[in-house]
Amino acid sequence: MSPPSLNPMNRKKQRIDDLARTAGREPAAAGAGGGSVAVLDAGTVDEKPGVSLIASAWRRLRRDPVFLLGAGITVVFVVLALIAPLIAPHDPAAGLLLDKVRPQSNPVPGPEPGFPLGADDRGRDLLSRLIVGSRQTLIVGVFATMFGLLGGLVLGTLAGAIGGWVDAAVMRTVDVLLSIPGLLLAMSIAALASRPSQWTVIIAIAVVQVPIFARLLRGSMLAQRHSDHVLAARSLGVRPNAVVFRHMLPNSLGPVIVQATLVLATSIIDAAALAFLGLGNPNDDIPEWGQMLGRAQTFIYDHPSLAIYPALCIITVALGFTLMGESLREALDPKSRR
Amino acid sequence: MVGVVIVLSLLLFFWLRSLPGGTVSAILGERATPESRAALTEALGLDQPIPVQYLKFLQRAVQGEFGVSTGVLPGRDALEIFFARLPATIELSFFAMLIAVALAVPFGYLAARRRNSPPDTFLVILSLVGVAVPVFFLAFILKYQLAIEHPIFPVSGRQDPSLNCTRVTGFFVLDGILTREFDCSVDALWHLVLPSVALATIPFAVIFRITRASVLEVLDEDYVRTAESKGLATRTIRGRHIMRNALLPVVTMIGLQIGALLAGAVLTESVFSWGGIGEALYLSYNRRDYAVMQILILATAAIYVIVNLLVDISYAIIDPRVRTR
Repeated sequence: MSPPSLNPMNRKKQRIDDLARTAGREPAAAGAGGGSVAVLDAGTVDEKPGVSLIASAWRRLRRDPVFLLGAGITVVFVVLALIAPLIAPHDPAAGLLLDKVRPQSNPVPGPEPGFPLGADDRGRDLLSRLIVGSRQTLIVGVFATMFGLLGGLVLGTLAGAIGGWVDAAVMRTVDVLLSIPGLLLAMSIAALASRPSQWTVIIAIAVVQVPIFARLLRGSMLAQRHSDHVLAARSLGVRPNAVVFRHMLPNSLGPVIVQATLVLATSIIDAAALAFLGLGNPNDDIPEWGQMLGRAQTFIYDHPSLAIYPALCIITVALGFTLMGESLREALDPKSRR
Repeated sequence: MVGVVIVLSLLLFFWLRSLPGGTVSAILGERATPESRAALTEALGLDQPIPVQYLKFLQRAVQGEFGVSTGVLPGRDALEIFFARLPATIELSFFAMLIAVALAVPFGYLAARRRNSPPDTFLVILSLVGVAVPVFFLAFILKYQLAIEHPIFPVSGRQDPSLNCTRVTGFFVLDGILTREFDCSVDALWHLVLPSVALATIPFAVIFRITRASVLEVLDEDYVRTAESKGLATRTIRGRHIMRNALLPVVTMIGLQIGALLAGAVLTESVFSWGGIGEALYLSYNRRDYAVMQILILATAAIYVIVNLLVDISYAIIDPRVRTR
């Protein structure tokens, strides 16, 4: 490398030559090539290694009480869901107190020894149903988010990466789906099922999330299409597929992860709303909190406890996911980086 | 805009065709006789090719023929049901939005001004919890506590049936004022309290947070510091410099919340037997009344699109930069 000249014109030429040399030396390593360009571009070599956005976000999250509270709730919830059948005192599907159910005078048996929260209208232990219900609730949240994310990922990447008429067609459809309020769309999809089940509920909720994720991804893809790192990768001859999947997609994931965390909360709440509207899973042998809450509406004025316990569980878990998502959003926002 | 309408009609068309039982059951209900099924199949032209069917569907939709209700109000025209119930939902949504905005914007400003103070923390937590509570559960709790346990507010409906009120517009509060039957207005307002509070929670939480974030951003701007160092009155800075610039994202969010309001109305109206579109949607899904379902989905999407168009127009009033562009 020749010593830097004082003439600005020569310096510029020199930089291009150096860039050409690095590109020639490592044709495949676009990332490394980009890095050395940046160093040369700065004129002076910065010895301090830069802090990546993720590293700095993690450093702040570790000390953020809001994030820790949200993560704590989430961890307890996930562990509960994993070990639920082991710690539930009774079988959630067995009508153990069925003989105490009097449809006229006492449709919901109250608490008694061995059954601290009492039973539901079919004589099934409420505490066991709440504990075991965490598992299905987690399944609804995770799968609805995952399916929504996958759908959005495919559509958003297609639209953002290809552009042209594909972009137009995908985005018109997405706009239409976004113009229908979420719950209504979920109701419409759930109504299509001739035999409603847990999975039709999950799919109905997931479909609502697809347009949101698609728009989010397409937006950040479009923003990146003309940005320097994509231009650099492209001019270095990186294949279009690799540009999309290795350079553009990873850079778009920040907002997507935040949105996914928030969607975990809303999908659990939406499942409850669908159950309330009579579009949920009719088979409740395997309990789910939203379904329990939705079904409890019949007895809500005489036996509010049947609704209050699952509702409190849903509120706590939804709050946990929301706290985590909100603090993630703040931590990943480059603007708030100090 | 045109593209959106075309795609929506296509989606609706294929959605109707794929409902369990198909379009004939969708319109006639599942207990129809084979003769009437055959007659309708022919009348609807279901034996014709799909593009022809789609054009026929469009033609009927443009002429406002969405079929006859089978479950919500059997025998009545679906479009008629929609228009009869629309004022109830508009009235409820209006008051819910009024409550949400009237509380969220000032509180958002205060929270941003006193960042990290106890009131700020309290309001932020309140807004986070507000989003986490299922709307229908909150509605039940409000109804249980404030209408059944402590009968302060009416349990359900829009008006006390013992009052003999004259109907003019379908908006009960407005009707009472127009006909000078002020007791009717007061009674209607009293009925509005619980449902609109339940419906307002999510818009309140969302608008509060966007106001707070947006004011925080503006507070950092140079022109606010300049205005302060010039010695302008706090009120002038708040009105001309902070709020005017901070309100743009807030207005966008208010427009977007109309969707949440319509979805929340389905739940709230069902709990309080409100008699609006939301309750009709609930009934139509429960009783598989596809004619009513169809018009309601189409109409809510249309309302949402129109409201957001109005929001775009209102930008021009708030932000001069949009006007000159």
